[in-house]
Amino acid sequence: MNQKIEEKPELGKEILKELNHEPAEGEHHKKSLWSSISIPLLAILTGLLVGAVLIAVTSTTVYAAFGESIGKGLLTALREIGTAYKALFTGALGDPVRIINALKLGDAKEIRSALNPALESLVQSTPYIFTGLAVAVGFRSGLFNIGVEGQLFMGAAAATYVGYAVTGLPAYIHMPLALLAGAAGGALWGFIPGLLKAKTGGHEVINTIMMNWIAFRLTEWLLSGPMTRPGSGGMPISPLIQKTAEIPQFFQSPIRFHLGFFIALATAWLIWWLLFKTTWGLNLRTVGTNPRAAKYAGLSTTKSILVAMSISGALAGLAGANQILAVNRSMALGLSSGYGYDSIALALIGNNHPVGIVLSSLLFGTLRNGATRMMVVSSIPIDIVDVIQAIILMFVAAPAIIRAIYHIKKPKKEDETVFLSGWGGK
Amino acid sequence: MTTSTQVIQRKRVFEVSPTRQRVIGIIEILLAALILLVFALNVSADVKTQFVMTPGGIEVGRMGDWIVPSQLTLFILAGLCLLIGIYQLVKSFGRWTNALVGLCFLFVIFSFLVWQAAGKSLNLAGMLSSAVMLAVPITLGAFSGILAERSGIINIAIEGMMLMSCMVATIFGSLARNAWVGLLAGILSAALLALIHGVLSIKYKVNQVISGTVINIFAAGMTSFISQKFLQHIQNLNNPPMFTRVPIPLLANIPLVGPILFNTNLFVYLMFAILIILQVALFQTRWGLRLRSVGEHPKAADTLGINVIKTRYMGILLSGLVAGIGGAFFTLGSVGRFDEGMTAGKGFIGLAAMIFGNWNPIGALGAGLLFGFADAIGSKLSLLGSAIPPQFMAMAPYLITMVVLAGFIGKGQAPAAEGIPY
Repeated sequence: MNQKIEEKPELGKEILKELNHEPAEGEHHKKSLWSSISIPLLAILTGLLVGAVLIAVTSTTVYAAFGESIGKGLLTALREIGTAYKALFTGALGDPVRIINALKLGDAKEIRSALNPALESLVQSTPYIFTGLAVAVGFRSGLFNIGVEGQLFMGAAAATYVGYAVTGLPAYIHMPLALLAGAAGGALWGFIPGLLKAKTGGHEVINTIMMNWIAFRLTEWLLSGPMTRPGSGGMPISPLIQKTAEIPQFFQSPIRFHLGFFIALATAWLIWWLLFKTTWGLNLRTVGTNPRAAKYAGLSTTKSILVAMSISGALAGLAGANQILAVNRSMALGLSSGYGYDSIALALIGNNHPVGIVLSSLLFGTLRNGATRMMVVSSIPIDIVDVIQAIILMFVAAPAIIRAIYHIKKPKKEDETVFLSGWGGK
Repeated sequence: MTTSTQVIQRKRVFEVSPTRQRVIGIIEILLAALILLVFALNVSADVKTQFVMTPGGIEVGRMGDWIVPSQLTLFILAGLCLLIGIYQLVKSFGRWTNALVGLCFLFVIFSFLVWQAAGKSLNLAGMLSSAVMLAVPITLGAFSGILAERSGIINIAIEGMMLMSCMVATIFGSLARNAWVGLLAGILSAALLALIHGVLSIKYKVNQVISGTVINIFAAGMTSFISQKFLQHIQNLNNPPMFTRVPIPLLANIPLVGPILFNTNLFVYLMFAILIILQVALFQTRWGLRLRSVGEHPKAADTLGINVIKTRYMGILLSGLVAGIGGAFFTLGSVGRFDEGMTAGKGFIGLAAMIFGNWNPIGALGAGLLFGFADAIGSKLSLLGSAIPPQFMAMAPYLITMVVLAGFIGKGQAPAAEGIPY
């Protein structure tokens, strides 16, 4: 009986074996582009459809119209959905008509405001790229890091501190230093559950969740105590960071598009290189996909867990640092709109591959940015994005449902995984 | 039948390695030092601590206040910890090791209270009473986890199910002006989410952690959406009647225990009822044997004619039902209105309680009470005007969870087939 227990594959490992399944080289090339992107595209479409239904059934005007006649009700429902999704689109990518008019006019200020939505979507996507990579590095090495949110907070706190307390440095040293501090803060918060996992076997899912709550309370205390802004009257907010620590924004207000986006892209490339082009990455992925084989090959699980959790935490910390240094310029408790939690779905949709993650980050950032506009125009709470994201994740995780809905034939050489592979790259 | 029920019960292995024995002994001595140096020596000799032994607002089952000399008590507790630690180092307590470490931690907590309340009065009974209340959602979450995981399905969606039930219970309770209707609706909504989790993870063999994450994200988004769209504007939707305190005759008159356990609301009674039912059903009935066998070795169970799929659906649905009760507690049994994200991770702490309790209902209750107590200390001490920032007190349950996971449980003994689709 005891032997049985020892042989039990660990909860996380089993999952990750599925997640990280990579098709053999030949199999991969045979797959057409369409078959690899059809499922996520249809999942997104279905998610938006469910969102539309939600908008219609929670609208009191629609019910009022149905009271008069069914036709009028349907019409009103469609109009409500149309208004909302038009706001979502223009809020996310900008109003084409307005952009053209602005370009014709040649008024710099008008061009800026017309182009702002699209660039703002990139701003919103930036933290997602970091947090998505953070979750993916965990998944790739067999760990489910739900603590990204807490690591983000700790990274933000560290970056904020270096950002305002260190003075007299030139910008080209101060800004990278603050970013590094952010990475270090997050890495520490990832390292602790990693250490507990490696040394005591305490499950990282629970430990990282606990570390999240500790991080929230700790930052709350920091911001209302040691790191509070003088004269804020006990409000939990930090001082403004020094000018030298700021990540530069490229354009004038209202455009907030900043260098951080490119730092995120560079980080994604770096992670891709680390994971897929170095021996170190191969070892990490081996421990993640096949711990037993890794053991026979003499790889150290302990080391891999510690390194993976630290890197994962560092990436999450960078997300927080990026938000502080490039966008908010000071730290408050409403720093994150749940980037850490959203990024779990995001990483899975992106198949834990840096390219997929950048793409799905763009999707999530665009959705959230558009939803802000939708909230203003149609007073639809922004949380609808979470619902849509949950639906998308569900369909990506269970492609059989999507195939059933849209009558897509099962590909002949179906890999048994629940996840699509590819999205280019690899 | 009793013998066959016993066979599958996993043997609990209590092997205390020499290193572990020494480490634990040293920890216990360090705890003694903590009580002595930090607590006892920071209290002047003539100060007394007063513990009030009746929760506020209770008439029956009153008990006189308990006054102890602060420093002397602390010296005694430090001495006890030291003795336990020395014995552990030299001879080891064997299978009682964990229990005695627990006792030492209890001493530390009590010493902390004596120290914090030195020269003041602290309502200990009130603290215990609120600890029991705070333990309700955590314990029910743990029971919910046990039901799912014993049948082989990881349920990290308890948090989401609770949140959904919490909101639905509020809305329906407010509409019907009846707490029972609210409770029922809440349970049904949680069971519905559980069904989705079941279909995804059993039928479509989606990874169970991911399927659970889907439910959690969905529930968080949906409840916030509905709350912002309706509950915040329409007060009549967010004002459900609550389950009031119902004293149990006679039992409620017992001093200390009566007011805390037998003069509370429905949810505390439900918690104990489910505890007894679950403990008996899991380990003494054929039903429980089958459920557990499906969680341990589904192939063997299938060979013996047990319908694995059906059993797992039953497990996850019952899990949703219990989570639903836990969720409804937040509004109908505690606060009386719905706020966004009001479950605040209690579902996850429930999972920790389940692991801490070694997938056993009684153990889960113990763990739930511990977490509830840690929660209660935080809120009570900030009322006492403690020098410790309230945020640090609020961290206590989370820190305890981590320490417990690391020190006591380690890898734990989860059902063997957990997380593997069949």
